[in-house]
Amino acid sequence: MSEGVKAAGEPALLVEDLWVEYPARRGVVKAVRGVSFELRRGETLALIGESGSGKTTLGLALVRLLPKAARIKQGRIMYYRNGSSQDVLALNAEELRRFRWQECAMVFQGAQNALNPVLRIEAQFLDTARAHGMANANAVRERTIELLKMVQLDPQRVMHSFPHELSGGMRQRVLIALGLLLQPQVIILDEPTTALDILTQRSVIEVLRRLRTQLDFSLIFISHDLSLAAELADRVATVYAGAIVEIGSVYDIFERPRHPYTLALTRSVPTVTGEMHPLASIPGSPPDLINPPLGCAFHPRCPYATDQCRSQEPRLERVGDDQLAACWHWQEVKP
Amino acid sequence: MTANAAPIIELDHVSRVFEQRRKQVKAVDDVSLAVQEGEVVCLVGESGCGKTTTGKMIAGLIHPSGGEVRYAGKNIWAMGKDEFQRYRLAVQIIHQDPYASLNPAHTVYGIMSAPLLQHGIVANHKQARERVRDLLRTVDMTPPDDFLDKYPHQLSGGQRQRVSVARALTVSPKVIVADEAVSMVDVSIRVSLLNMLGRLKRDLGVTFIFITHDLAVAKHFAWEGRIAVMYLGRMIEIGRTPQIINHPQHPYTRALLSAIPEADPRITRTKERLQLRSLDIPSLLNLPSGCSFHPRCPLFEEGLCEVSVPPLADMGEGTRVACHVVARERAKEAA
Repeated sequence: MSEGVKAAGEPALLVEDLWVEYPARRGVVKAVRGVSFELRRGETLALIGESGSGKTTLGLALVRLLPKAARIKQGRIMYYRNGSSQDVLALNAEELRRFRWQECAMVFQGAQNALNPVLRIEAQFLDTARAHGMANANAVRERTIELLKMVQLDPQRVMHSFPHELSGGMRQRVLIALGLLLQPQVIILDEPTTALDILTQRSVIEVLRRLRTQLDFSLIFISHDLSLAAELADRVATVYAGAIVEIGSVYDIFERPRHPYTLALTRSVPTVTGEMHPLASIPGSPPDLINPPLGCAFHPRCPYATDQCRSQEPRLERVGDDQLAACWHWQEVKP
Repeated sequence: MTANAAPIIELDHVSRVFEQRRKQVKAVDDVSLAVQEGEVVCLVGESGCGKTTTGKMIAGLIHPSGGEVRYAGKNIWAMGKDEFQRYRLAVQIIHQDPYASLNPAHTVYGIMSAPLLQHGIVANHKQARERVRDLLRTVDMTPPDDFLDKYPHQLSGGQRQRVSVARALTVSPKVIVADEAVSMVDVSIRVSLLNMLGRLKRDLGVTFIFITHDLAVAKHFAWEGRIAVMYLGRMIEIGRTPQIINHPQHPYTRALLSAIPEADPRITRTKERLQLRSLDIPSLLNLPSGCSFHPRCPLFEEGLCEVSVPPLADMGEGTRVACHVVARERAKEAA
């Protein structure tokens, strides 16, 4: 297990030294490189990274929905519920079917287009329930009404609508409700607010916030949007070149980042509220995951880089009470 | 610039109607705007507000259905062929998607030398090469020789957008219409792109019409300029950027600013939110009567807001706002 990340009580999910690769024409894409973290019971964890950082691949690996070509090279994913545990990578097809949705649900990016266009919303809930052995249509209907209310939709209107009759924000909330149908313990949301307008984004954020207080589940959301993490997350993990380079409480990550990449990211996003301060840019370009730089993958863009960074890859180490960072020079990194 | 010089760009009661299934869609409705040479004006709004259509009319790519678009005081659609051509060169547009706007079959040199040779700006390929090198340096693509023979697919998103900018600069434009020019690139690249555009504005004195849905980006790019907020085809507030950001007056602008999640957990979690009466965005096919924001507006007053369209009224400090209630309260204060 990675050093540090230990919390009181059993986690909901524990990932250890996970590696995922894809073959490509130029070589092997190392999309996830030795990721370890735990998802604590009831927490909201944000995985923040830029495009191509491997964050979506990581999310897909957690529910074993990787494309066929991808290969989990090594690692372990343990899922815990009520004192028992399951090794996600060892589940057979039937166990996996139960695991997905009943234990762990994922709402994909651009999921507004994931609904079946020729089925009314109610039928989509019934279908999902039936596929997972909930045969009592009345019970499903009641649960659907309850969930739609929770995501601030009018059940009478929405249940009888086709997906195209709903706006993008409404569809996104329908999908969140659908994800919650079988009371999973873990929900993974990939870019839940991307491509939504500001006011619609706000409604999705408020719905998620309210759900977190009403229901008991752990939430992982994957996003390139730091402000979403600042809004919703209890803890934030920064993903760079397929690896978690820093993880900690949302306040530590934004106020006392110890990894130069996290620091640079938080300094490069403009805010509307507050003073005008110059934005810092990150030099260079995103890393190539086929031939990631030797040593620390961030070193070509890092102002703190030394010879050690160019040859040896740093591992996550404890840098605060509940904060880990993978940087040889974390002590020098000052906001 | 002399005090009585004609604005470099002027929209005079401009509208644009599109036909959709034999229905009329008013994408832009009675928008007036005067932009002085060297100024930066941001057009801000959510999808469907008409900001892109407005930008395309400024660049002469779309004909207005009503009103006049003027360049240096002259109606562009009444210009002679030569004059129109000069205007088209002087006003360049940079599109949102650098993946779609560069010809994939041409190299960077091919893409950039075409306008130089076509318009006789250079006499031969030798001169063209020199000029392309200079322009690549201007957009921070150094050393330029590394990029001259690359095809768009060999470049990252940020680099492609730089090539789009460099191509626009080949004809030494006086005005650049940048339509969501930094929206599709990653956070770490966005700042350097914004800084580069800011330098063009400063060093070359280029006038910018900067179109974005992101008020934080607008704030940073146009702090010394103006922001115009659009909603469902109409301009509802315009003023100097610090005024709009710190003292927004139209309830829609206030709702937008309060809804934006901020990349700072303390700010974003304590921000006051303006509640709307409805989350539904009306369809452009079926616009509400009077002020089109009235069904969502927290200041809605029956018998006033749904009756007539509020005009943009001067509120002092260079701000104009289209809201019956705000205008009335302002008049009361003045009395």
